[in-house]
Amino acid sequence: MFPMFGTQLIDDYARHISDEKQTSVLNGAAAGTAKRYQVLYQDYADPDALRRLAGAIKDHTLQHLGTYLSQAEQALTARGVQVHFAETDEDARQTILAILRQHEVTRLTKSKSMAAEEIHLNAFLIANGVACLESDLGEFIIQLDDDIPSHIVKPIIHKNRREIANTFLREGVAADYNDDPQTITRRARVFLRKKYMDAQACITGANFLCADTGRMVVVTNEGNSRFGLAPVPLHIALVGIEKLIPGERDLAVFLNLLGRSATGQQLTVYTEFINGARAAGQADGPEQMHVVFLDNGRSKVLASNCREILRCIRCGACQNICPIYRQASGHAYRSPYGGPIGAVLTPLLFGDRFPEFADLPKASTLCGACNEVCPVDIPIPDLLLRLRDKAKRESIPSPAAIPMAPFATLATSPALWRTAMTMSKAMNYLPLQIAPIKPLQDWLGQRTLPPSKGGEFRKWLKARAKPEDRRTPRSQTEDRR
Amino acid sequence: MSRAAIFRKIEAATAAIKVKAARPDYAAAITHAAPKLAGGDLLEIFARNLAAVSGRTMRSVAELLAFLTANKQCHGYCDPALYERVGAPLAAAGLTVETAYDRTRYDDYQFGITQASGAIAESGSLILDDERTSRRLAALSPWIHVAVLEPAAIHRTIGDALAALGASPNIIWVTGPSKTADVEGILIEGVHGPGEQIALVL
Ligand code: SF4
Repeated sequence: MFPMFGTQLIDDYARHISDEKQTSVLNGAAAGTAKRYQVLYQDYADPDALRRLAGAIKDHTLQHLGTYLSQAEQALTARGVQVHFAETDEDARQTILAILRQHEVTRLTKSKSMAAEEIHLNAFLIANGVACLESDLGEFIIQLDDDIPSHIVKPIIHKNRREIANTFLREGVAADYNDDPQTITRRARVFLRKKYMDAQACITGANFLCADTGRMVVVTNEGNSRFGLAPVPLHIALVGIEKLIPGERDLAVFLNLLGRSATGQQLTVYTEFINGARAAGQADGPEQMHVVFLDNGRSKVLASNCREILRCIRCGACQNICPIYRQASGHAYRSPYGGPIGAVLTPLLFGDRFPEFADLPKASTLCGACNEVCPVDIPIPDLLLRLRDKAKRESIPSPAAIPMAPFATLATSPALWRTAMTMSKAMNYLPLQIAPIKPLQDWLGQRTLPPSKGGEFRKWLKARAKPEDRRTPRSQTEDRR
Repeated sequence: MSRAAIFRKIEAATAAIKVKAARPDYAAAITHAAPKLAGGDLLEIFARNLAAVSGRTMRSVAELLAFLTANKQCHGYCDPALYERVGAPLAAAGLTVETAYDRTRYDDYQFGITQASGAIAESGSLILDDERTSRRLAALSPWIHVAVLEPAAIHRTIGDALAALGASPNIIWVTGPSKTADVEGILIEGVHGPGEQIALVL
């Protein structure tokens, strides 16, 4: 019933990826990294200060999550929103299905939501007789292909225009083959707006939920959640409990970082603030709104020594910059969350299946670039080490158990490695010192390395050498210029 | 059932955290994008930033009329409250202007004219508020969306606009035309929403 994730270990997957897919991922990721850098640094003299602040706000919220969650619940209820809690993925699916059945909904559109991906909501609803159509262009194409998104914000980063044109032809979205991106987009526009108007409900995720007022923020560039919500009487929002922020004021910090980090935009085109059903007198918009708060392992992560990962605002910047992600693609991580965020989050979220995912934290060169681009300053390399440690303590055997195994993978295709590194700032952080394989060290050593900008990596390495409690984010313990 | 279990787990997890941080206090200025705010006049800053995301600012109904006719966009919707000022002059020039939006004919409307409740200079965003927008769909389904904006309603920064959100159940900030880069990273405007976003300043 559920879309199948592969079972290949990440190294193995990376070794067998097709050139075509690899090129698509690499180009998309490199472009994302470049745009983010340009826009963030042109607008802020010290973007790191903003990233640290965002991380601190999230940390504070998570440390007081019970208080904020109940505050949000009260505020939402006062606005006439029906609030539900789902402890597990199954609880969430059943809760949503029950609401839909109560309203006799048989067709709906769904705006892109990572939480919904995580609980395989689409496949479940379809299996239960509810036609559930993805409305984000990328997710729509994924659904037509019965594929799996390989990037948090660019779900079809692994596909090229020819594949999409063929899909549209095969699935009857288009009458003929045309691979011009503009034509592809127009065809989706025509196809999907019929579905929006015909739908009976809309399911969305949420990017943020303000505890003070219960106001929820959903951002899209395409306008799909706006269009999905406008004509229908019922809105169901699936919201991870880690999406809370204390107040509306804090949105200035997060919105400014999210757009820039995700797509190199100052703000995402449509930033929608939802605080209940439509206004009296407004002809469009839902008459009823439900919020389903999803735990599904988050409270366990909160109790772990990796709780910083819950700060994540799903921007995809760490995926774009990661040399392993660029090489292996998001699919190699066997969950909706690929790249550095996935390497940490997946083994934690699916905690009861930890051994199955214990290879993921090893899929990193620990180059530190993911931390430096992260808008909420998550010390991802530290968290990866803690998880490796957990795997070691629990003596989980794995064919990929050699530390730094990805180096071996990358060494098998030096050309790709070189391209990945040249096209990113990551070259600066290449951790020569920790490359475990002698020939690889020699090979890497022959490359001329440009000077590191600010020596962040060396600083990080130095800080790592100290056996202090790594639970404190390094940005708070370390003077960064 | 789930509720109690979730709160119990959260309480247990957070109770074990030894050092808890206070809610960070910060000056709004840390969020300001200084280069975006350069210049004196709010309307000028707004127009510049809207242009940077390929939106247009127009200063008169005559300018709008010229744009619509040049692009052969002759049939649209206008908020009844704006009809006298905007819709009627367009109709007088021969355009078809409806003041009721019929959702069964959503593709008939080439342009939609609605009221903006404000704007943000820093980002070039238009603010549409359910309590002042006559029809959400009319601002969404046409290829061209015209938001009528009063210059006095322009906020300087994103932070200022957040502070003024008020109690409306639905507010949207629109920053330029609807867009995607899903296909090979190539930017395409006009995905589900408008391909042209116009601020008509009156
Ligand atoms: S971990 Fe940080 S960089 Fe990665 S997706 Fe989450 S917020 Fe973005």
